[in-house]
Amino acid sequence: MSKPQRDVWAETLVELAATNPDILVMDADLATSTKADRFADAYPDRFLEMGIAEQGMVGAAAGLSFTGYVPWLSSFGIFFTNRALDQVRMSVAQTHANVKIGAAYTGLMAGLAGKTHVDVSDLAIMRAMPGMTVLAPADAAEVAAMTRWATQTPGPVYLRLGREAGPDVFGPDYVFEPRRVYLLREGTEVLLVSTGMQTARTLAAAELLGADGISAGVLHVPSIKPVDEAAIAAAAANVPIVVTVEEHTVIGGLGGLVAEIVTSHDPRPVIRIGIEDTWGESAPNAWLLERHGLTPERVAERVRKVWNQE
Amino acid sequence: MTDASMPAPGSGTGPRADLEALARRGRLHVIETVAHSGAGHVGGPLSAMDLLVALYFRVLRIRPDEPGWPERDRFVLSKGHCSVALYTVMAMRGYFPVEELLTFDSGGSRLQGHPDMLALPGLDASTGSLGQGFSVALGIAMGLRRRGNPAHTFVMLGDGELQEGQAWETVHVAPRYAAGNLTAILDWNGMQQYGWALHDGEAHRGNRADPWAGVDLRKAFEAFGWRVLEIDGHDFGQILAALEDARAAGAGTVPTAILAHTIKGRGISFTEGRSEWHARPATADEAAVARAELAGEDAP
Repeated sequence: MSKPQRDVWAETLVELAATNPDILVMDADLATSTKADRFADAYPDRFLEMGIAEQGMVGAAAGLSFTGYVPWLSSFGIFFTNRALDQVRMSVAQTHANVKIGAAYTGLMAGLAGKTHVDVSDLAIMRAMPGMTVLAPADAAEVAAMTRWATQTPGPVYLRLGREAGPDVFGPDYVFEPRRVYLLREGTEVLLVSTGMQTARTLAAAELLGADGISAGVLHVPSIKPVDEAAIAAAAANVPIVVTVEEHTVIGGLGGLVAEIVTSHDPRPVIRIGIEDTWGESAPNAWLLERHGLTPERVAERVRKVWNQE
Repeated sequence: MTDASMPAPGSGTGPRADLEALARRGRLHVIETVAHSGAGHVGGPLSAMDLLVALYFRVLRIRPDEPGWPERDRFVLSKGHCSVALYTVMAMRGYFPVEELLTFDSGGSRLQGHPDMLALPGLDASTGSLGQGFSVALGIAMGLRRRGNPAHTFVMLGDGELQEGQAWETVHVAPRYAAGNLTAILDWNGMQQYGWALHDGEAHRGNRADPWAGVDLRKAFEAFGWRVLEIDGHDFGQILAALEDARAAGAGTVPTAILAHTIKGRGISFTEGRSEWHARPATADEAAVARAELAGEDAP
């Protein structure tokens, strides 16, 4: 089990700030949740509390970036992708501002906060925005690598950060490369395509399927945008069935992305597993994963059913 | 209006004939550019023209031939729908040929309907969705201050725009960051696109209600910790004094709000105070009248 993604994000920024004086962290009064308070403790002069005012924070971040700073924003994902979406769109994406969005508490497991705070449509919303880089890390190593890469790469970046810890998928030497997809497990009968923290559970599902005699490969897509379309198309072309699995709505996220790619190359069935067209709710994480069919057992069960129908 | 002592908009007739001539030319460019394009805003650009002329021809430290000069003062037109006024003044100031105004709103033009900083050098922000430019300007001012850059940041807001919640997020937080190098100029022309009808018998300089009727904006800004200057936004003497005063306070810790009382559609008889001229092109006959009314010795 690796560290929670939010902890890794904050610790990486503290580490980077030692040698990069342009890094700022701006917060909309959630620093103790997002762990941005660790940056505030380490670099109080480079931590800008903007109050409970996400729209103003996003706009001011764009302005700061125009003077050469690299602002990292701290709030819950939902408040970037919904409340301050227009500011992200016009002030950041349309100007290609060097603003980095640390979208905390994204996905289903939002600390019991319920439907008001759960953000399971962020990937769909953000990937529809021209010029936006959209990243969904699987584990601690990937969070750290993406935070490093985003800080040194000009342009807007949306980084999806889970609240919780999850199993390690990569080793500490992992280096992030934009667009790249990772075939984490070979398989000849089904290709499971996954992203973010769901990837670890999808790998476990593939193990279960293997034990049942179904050869399932796992392709991890950490870079939702930009993405190596040819690599996804090639991987999909090797199997009769493609299944996407994401801790996100089945509308327009990874499932949408993969369906768009597969249908425009070598079409075949794409089954999308994720949150159906519904809101989140307050519940323990395990309960939520079960309810939405995202545990390894439930994913394997669903794939088995699909496989048996073929 | 809320303050009986406020200067009457348009009452000034200062000695600054050169600026007044530029503003007349600018207003005519606005009418002709919008008429040529077949669409665009008129009322707001005309109310803002004197303020913009004063900024670009007297106050802003800028280099039109070096628009990215790091030490330049910044200007953000947060009321981005009045872009044609900004383009006009930038063209007259030498950022680009005045003839390019005729490309306004056409495909491939650098002069987009709303200012696009990636398209036109010299723009310090992209604006259009209201309330955002104000926050961006604050961020620029904060960044300049952190860099030790003495440049000042001016941002122009519309009075209708000030209804956006985001504007008040910026009003609230700017004094916390001691942004004395930020000046917000409110083009308080007393009308928004539609807004509310006047009450029976209500006196007003426009034919629709003031967006802030009954609200003491001076007190509101002051309550948040801003310094407020209130001027006639068509009197160059008052405009220049206020802008220079604001710049002189740039090294301090208190941001300045200049509440500039203006007249929507200022400068042309049939557009002044008329809400229907918020956004519409002039007919050939109307343009001719405007041309005659704006004619001066140095009219184009």
